[in-house]
Order: sequence, then structure tokens, then C-alpha cells
Amino acid sequence: MHEHLDIQLIAIVTAVACALPGVFLVLRRMTLMSDAISHAILPGIVLAFFLTESLSSPLLILAAAGTGVLTVLFVELLQRTKLVKEDAAIGLTFPALFSIGVILISRFAGNVHLDMDAVLLGELAYAPLNRLQAFGSDLGPVSLYVMGTILVLNLIFILVFYKELKLVTFDASLAAALGFTPTLIHYGLMTLVSVTTVGAFDAVGSILVVALIAGPPATAYLMTDKLSRMLVLSAIIGSVNAVCGYWLASLFDVSIAGAIATMTLFIFGLVFLVVPNRGLIAIARRHARQKWEFAQTMLAIHLFNHEGLPEAAAESAIADLHEHLSWDPVFTTQVVKYALNNRYVSREEAQLVLTEQGRAIAQQALVQ
Amino acid sequence: MEAAEPKAIEVTDLTVAYQDKPVLWDIDLDVPPGVLLSIVGPNGAGKTTLIKAILGLVRPAAGNVLIYNKPYEVQRRIVGYVPQRGSVDWDFPTNVLDVVMMGRYGALGWVRRPGKSERELAMQALEKVGMEAYTTRQISQLSGGQQQRVFLARALVQDATVYLMDEPFQGVDATTERAIVTLLQELRANGKTVVVVHHDLQTVTDYFDWVMLLNIRRIASGPVNETFTPDNLRETYGGRLAFMKTDK
Repeated sequence: MHEHLDIQLIAIVTAVACALPGVFLVLRRMTLMSDAISHAILPGIVLAFFLTESLSSPLLILAAAGTGVLTVLFVELLQRTKLVKEDAAIGLTFPALFSIGVILISRFAGNVHLDMDAVLLGELAYAPLNRLQAFGSDLGPVSLYVMGTILVLNLIFILVFYKELKLVTFDASLAAALGFTPTLIHYGLMTLVSVTTVGAFDAVGSILVVALIAGPPATAYLMTDKLSRMLVLSAIIGSVNAVCGYWLASLFDVSIAGAIATMTLFIFGLVFLVVPNRGLIAIARRHARQKWEFAQTMLAIHLFNHEGLPEAAAESAIADLHEHLSWDPVFTTQVVKYALNNRYVSREEAQLVLTEQGRAIAQQALVQ
Repeated sequence: MEAAEPKAIEVTDLTVAYQDKPVLWDIDLDVPPGVLLSIVGPNGAGKTTLIKAILGLVRPAAGNVLIYNKPYEVQRRIVGYVPQRGSVDWDFPTNVLDVVMMGRYGALGWVRRPGKSERELAMQALEKVGMEAYTTRQISQLSGGQQQRVFLARALVQDATVYLMDEPFQGVDATTERAIVTLLQELRANGKTVVVVHHDLQTVTDYFDWVMLLNIRRIASGPVNETFTPDNLRETYGGRLAFMKTDK
């Protein structure tokens, strides 16, 4: 039981720690940068490991975070030459750095516990095994403390610099003109993303890190028009993904990281479909409604144009309407039915006649 | 040294280049306080770059900019800026009031949060631009003209002495254009200096009292009735060839 709780706690704390800076990455269209960082930190980890010969040294996190920021710097330098676009610059930089890490491991650390599966997928199930001991008592898993610290750091940074982050993200030139150095905020954020990625990477691997950073904010973005709410929602969605993912993994006895990533996409898809106003279902319903409304307006205009003229009787004969309008007969019957229900038209023997309301609709549409 | 009135903006020998391609060549520009000046010139003339250079957003290769005799870094608080409407992401999750309050961020400085007084100032500015009914509207649901009014309101809450505006008339309807012009003329009447990047040559004489003709180098600047002449316009818009000829 204890283990269940530990793993879920680690997953939740990691998810929230990733989701918070993720919001700003998503809004700045930089989610791919987190992918780059999560891979490119490998050589930093390996080099620091050679220096300290330990996998739990805090130096590992610092070195990796440094490599992360360096990645951002490389990408931006390449981009600034204007010979390479941003996506290509990212595509060039991180595989190169990641490969350096891979080569270093295969050449010098073949027998050490630094295997590629763990790097890519992590192993959340083992995370509680490494425990913090002090004064002879068990204080809980180390990664919970590491991620907890990172979460607090992220919270503090975002709470303190909320106004600055918002301004720089929305309008960097105004931020610069007002004297808030966007570069400083940018690299502050990138340092945070790097540290978060490194911490999370140890627990959940580099693939899941990207899912945790990009998924919940992208989901929250569909649900709100307010930045502060987007941050809170991202944290909640991240936690839900983590817990659901964990139980999915227990149920089917599969990789926890994989299940959480799958859950992230599933929840996003769900929100994407059902969210009011901008979800796919809402859009489809709006389109359908507009189609019928527009057809009724066309019918009203048609009747209005021929009203009181000699040909009016022929033009408004219900049986021939579909020929005049070149509409499908079934469609025409349906439109007439809706228009009758809405009292835009009334039936007078074999003809349709506009009501006051229907006339008003036709006139209004023609004025626009 | 003559004890002249200080210039609102004084640009001297300003050159801006991207790599070795000059975007602005040795610009001199004096803007006296209390004028409404438009910067006109063809596409690629460097109008936006000039505004950005005055604001310290691009680093000049040579030259100097002074706002009331001091560098921009010292004078930030008295300079209001309206960037091009298209320069930001209007899908950003925020509302009208929030965007306008951003104009107070400079006065607040680092870390301090906007509060009640900032909200009141923002409301007043929104009333001035006729957008008080839209305070809680999500910014992606605004029309182009409404977006431009929000940007103007944001500059108004900066309560600046000098305003720099990059194409405030771009893509707005006739009603909004008139409203903006009235607002600009009000600012000038209150002793503010307003510099506007402008595209429509037809309206220069109606809207502005000063004009600068720019095409990589300064062709002319001064009061509209002296400066906005057919000769100067030909030189500004006449293409490269005309530009070379007048250079000899």
C-alpha cells in the first residue's frame, strides 16, 4: 500500500512541477524546446557522473541544467544567423548533444547503471526504492524530496515574477521598452525548465517529461481565457493524468511512465472533443445550426424578393420550392418544416407566405 | 551653446544595420515638444526600425538618441509605446482590462503587482477610447479596430510625455480612425509629443502638424506645410534611381 502512495505522490509532484513552467512554454510556442532540453541534458549528466562517481549528487542536476540552458543558447545562436529556422535549429542541436551523451556512456560507462531504457522511459516503479534516511529513520523517497524542492522553486519563481512572465510572453517589445529585460526572464524560465526536466527525467524519463510539460497546459489552454486559471488548471490536469495513469499501469501491469503519457493524450482528446464553445463537438453543432439558420434565411429572402409580384404564386409553391432554389427535395422539406416551427413562414393552401418575423429576418439579412 | 528649449526627441547621426545592410543611414531628427509628427516613407524605409531604435529595442551601429536631453534608459517612464497590432499573439489567455493594465507595469517596476489604482486608471483609459463596455472581453474576440483601441488605452495609462506609435491606423475602420485622430490631437493639446508611423499620404496634412519623410536616410522633416512638398515626396518615393541622383 505504502508503495502505491509513494509512487503516486512522486508522479503528482513531478506532473505539477512540469506543468507550471510548461504553461509559459506552450504560450511562447516553445514546447519543442523542452523536448530538446530533456534529451540534450544527457551529456551533462554523464560528465557530472564521471566527476562525482555518484548518481545522486546534486552536481548532476546542476551540470544537466547547465547543459539545458546551453542547448537553448545554441539553438538561438543558430537561429540568429538567419540561415537556419528555429525547428531545424532544435532538430540539429539536441540529437547531437544527446548522441554525445550516448557515446560517452557506451565508451566509458558500459557497466554503470546509466542505461538507455531508463534515460528514455524512466522507471517510476523504482523511484520509491531510493529512500532518504536520517537519524536512523526513513523519511521517504529521495525523488519526492528532489521534485518537491523543484516544485517549490517553480512556484516561487512564477508567483514572484508572474507580472513579468505575463508581459514578456504577451508582448516582448513592450516589456523591453518598459525596462523588463526579456532575455533575463527568458533565461530564468529556461533555467527552471532545465532543472525541472533533469529532476523529472530521473524519475520518469525524457519522453514523459515532454508529455508532462506540454500536455496539461495544452489541455488547459482549451478550457480557459485567463492565464492564472490556466496555471491552476494545468496543475490539476497534470495530477489527474498522473493518478489515472498510475492506476491504468497497475491494472494492465505496464510501464507507469507510458501509461501516464497515454493518459495525457487521452484527457487532452477528451477535452478537445467536449469543451464548450471551442471543442470539436461544440464547433460541429454550431456549424450544423448555422447551416439550418442560413437555409431558413435564404428561404425567407427568396419569398421576400418575389412577394406581391405576378410570379409570387409560382415561386412560393411548396411543391416546387426545391426546383426554384436548386435544393435537394428532402433538405427543402426539412428547411420548410423548421421555418414553419420558427413561425418565419406560414402555409396558405399550397403556398408559403412570410410572417412579419420572417420578413424582418429577410430585410435584416439584406441590409447587412 | 544656445539656451534653446530642450527637444522632446533628438536623434543624431543614427545608423542601424543588419549585418552590413543599412536600414537607417545617418539619421538626424529633432522633434520639438508638443507636436504631432508622422513618419512616412515606402515599405522597407526603416520607419519601424527608427521607432525601435529610439526605444532602445534595436542597437544602433552609430549615433545617439536623447529624450528631453537624456538617454532613453533614464527616460523610460515618460515614453509611451504602441507597437504594431500584429506584433502580439491575440490568442493569449487574457482580457481587455488586463492588457491595458500592462501599461502601468513600468511604473510599478519589478515584482510589484497591479492593484486597485491601476485598475481604475485602466478603466479611465478604456473610457477615453470608447471601450469601457469591453473590459472583461477575451482579447481574441476583438475586431482589429478594437484591438488598436486597447493598445492605445494601454499607452494612455503609461501617462507619458512622449508617445511613439507604430501604425495605429493599420486595418481600422473609418470610425475608429477618426476616434484615434481625435485622441492624438487631444494628446498634443495637452502638451504631449506624439510620433506616429503612418502609411496614408492622403491624410498627412489633415491629421498631423509635423512630418518626417524617410527612406533609409532622412529626406526631410519639419512642419507639414513646409516639408510635405511634391519634390520631397518624389525624392522619398521615387525609388533608388531618384535617390542616387539627389545624392551627388
